[in-house]
Amino acid sequence: MSAAALAPPRPAGRVQLALKDALIATAVAAILFVPMVALRTDVGTAGALALRYRWTDAAILCGLVFLGRLLLVLWTGRRGLQPTTSAGPWTRRLQQAGRFAAPAFLIVALLLPVIPGVDRYELDLGILVLTYVMLGWGLNIVVGLAGLLDLGYVAFYAVGAYSYALLAQYFGLSFWVCLPLAGILAAFWGILLGFPVLRLRGDYLAIVTLAFGEIIRVVLLNWVSLTGGPNGISGIPRPSFFGLSFSMSGGEGTFAGFFGLEPSSVHRVIFLYYLILALALLTNWVTIRLRRQPLGRAWEALREDEIACRALGINVTTTKLSAFALGAMFGGFAGAFFATRQAFISPESFTFIESAIILAIVVLGGLGSQIGVAIAALVLIGGTELFRDLQEWRMLVFGGAMVLIMVLRPRGLVGTRTPSIALGKRRAIDGNLVGEGHG
Amino acid sequence: MTPLLEVDNVSAAYGAVQALTDVSLRVMPGEIVTLIGANGAGKSTLLMTICGAPVPRAGRIRLAGEDITGEKTHLTMRRGVAQSPEGRRIFPRMTVYENLLMGAQALTTGDPGPQLEQVFTLFPRMKERLAQRGGTLSGGEQQMLAIGRALMSKPRLLLLDEPSLGLAPLVVRQIFGAIRQLNESTGLTVLLVEQNANQALRLAHRGYVLVNGRITMEGGGHELLARPEIRDAYLGGGHG
Repeated sequence: MSAAALAPPRPAGRVQLALKDALIATAVAAILFVPMVALRTDVGTAGALALRYRWTDAAILCGLVFLGRLLLVLWTGRRGLQPTTSAGPWTRRLQQAGRFAAPAFLIVALLLPVIPGVDRYELDLGILVLTYVMLGWGLNIVVGLAGLLDLGYVAFYAVGAYSYALLAQYFGLSFWVCLPLAGILAAFWGILLGFPVLRLRGDYLAIVTLAFGEIIRVVLLNWVSLTGGPNGISGIPRPSFFGLSFSMSGGEGTFAGFFGLEPSSVHRVIFLYYLILALALLTNWVTIRLRRQPLGRAWEALREDEIACRALGINVTTTKLSAFALGAMFGGFAGAFFATRQAFISPESFTFIESAIILAIVVLGGLGSQIGVAIAALVLIGGTELFRDLQEWRMLVFGGAMVLIMVLRPRGLVGTRTPSIALGKRRAIDGNLVGEGHG
Repeated sequence: MTPLLEVDNVSAAYGAVQALTDVSLRVMPGEIVTLIGANGAGKSTLLMTICGAPVPRAGRIRLAGEDITGEKTHLTMRRGVAQSPEGRRIFPRMTVYENLLMGAQALTTGDPGPQLEQVFTLFPRMKERLAQRGGTLSGGEQQMLAIGRALMSKPRLLLLDEPSLGLAPLVVRQIFGAIRQLNESTGLTVLLVEQNANQALRLAHRGYVLVNGRITMEGGGHELLARPEIRDAYLGGGHG
């Protein structure tokens, strides 16, 4: 090869290259968008499905892809976007501010209900985001720390929710009694799932957990006499504040009446917000504490190398089961909270897509990183809410964001791992130095 | 004197494949015993059988007179057996310090401090590298870490599976020197599995030769080294 071939392409060559590249990208986009966008089935007049064509929409999208790719290649060259697992400028800044970042998030979360301009809608969104933060942290124990790929995490969420709903319906137990019970029952189911999959790893484990999630959902759907089947359970009692209900009557035994406040439905929302915040922080605190204990370190070692763990005399069985049980327990807490917040649950809330979203939060945040999971939950759940006006295009933005994060930062937003113990200064381990995990 | 480890007519198999046939060996307290053999002779299988997986088809394994045949691995380790597995198998994303602490999980008395000191005296390099990630260490350092990690549980019997694997001769000499030093200063009993027959036999008090799952020879380390059949089979016709 001559030196000329190695030299950067001349401007004309570059335009040609960009055009070619953009055309290829457009062709790929066309293949995707024709079935997804251009062809749409609607319910017709007689109730039958009718096919509607939306060629203009598909053409606009393809045009956007063409333009975007063309400009990108012209701007940065063909190899412009490079994936990196190392700390980028913003993560480095985040690490420098790391001591302040987490407390800052915490302060904002604590003060959210009193920030001016924050209304019921924002609080409801906050509750939703925090629920997913909690689920993400719970799953992080199983997937992030212990390295056990769980695609059926929503099953424990469902067990928690139905535990509370059924105990309240049949035995009239209050939320505060049921909350620990829901956690214990979910943990029990976690162990039950754990036993048959003790010897499985990676893909095989993922398939079994996926099936487990579906089994729970299908049982809830078909055991009509107990769970009400597809009709779900309604009228689930709301939680009380130390025995004070959030009734709108404002009488003697109510929250508003006791504190002499004007009865308002916002009180309960604020209370629920702080409740889920407390539950999420509990999850986080337990995880952080356990990471520094022999058990937590054994989880991480298990993720790294199971055979070495056996050779060191670590009881792999109890280590795995404890990860499943603990992760499931927090899922159960979140489920009980979900049931009391919604006052209505049905198997529809516990489909596979929920497991997938929770797993996406953990993977995008960075396996094992607490702050990363919180940010990912905020971005994915809060973000999709922001794009609500886009309606059906929302999922496109969601998917695009996920692809982009994984292309640019394959190890998640926070790909670094902080050692659980250090003599003297703590140093985060750069994601670049971290080899791919062995499933 | 009761042997610290006694393997008595043990046979083991993976499914239908017979891996060990009537293997007997004993390791006295304070001894370094080496087990040499070619690829696939069953050396690692024997170590793993001692640790409880696979469970032997026949025969008994005793630790200081107590029967440990088929016992769960983590329980055997709690009796004072430690293992540096084949291929080192350190935890790559965890720091050296965390790796060492993982070794102390089978330690019955809480404080890992004295054990840590012992590892640092033996391998001063580990102290310098304490905050470093295990995966960034060189091969030799990783082997030191694997041995150090095994020592953290304060073992009576140390099982070493091919510590020389993939290491430069100079580094191998260093590692073997450390094993000898450990044995002389603390009286630690070592069962060493090796393909590197020459150096292993020089280090060991006694040795066994494993061929196709059977013990074919045993004797003092230097005595075995001098035998012509050993020289031919394992030392490349006397070049070793």
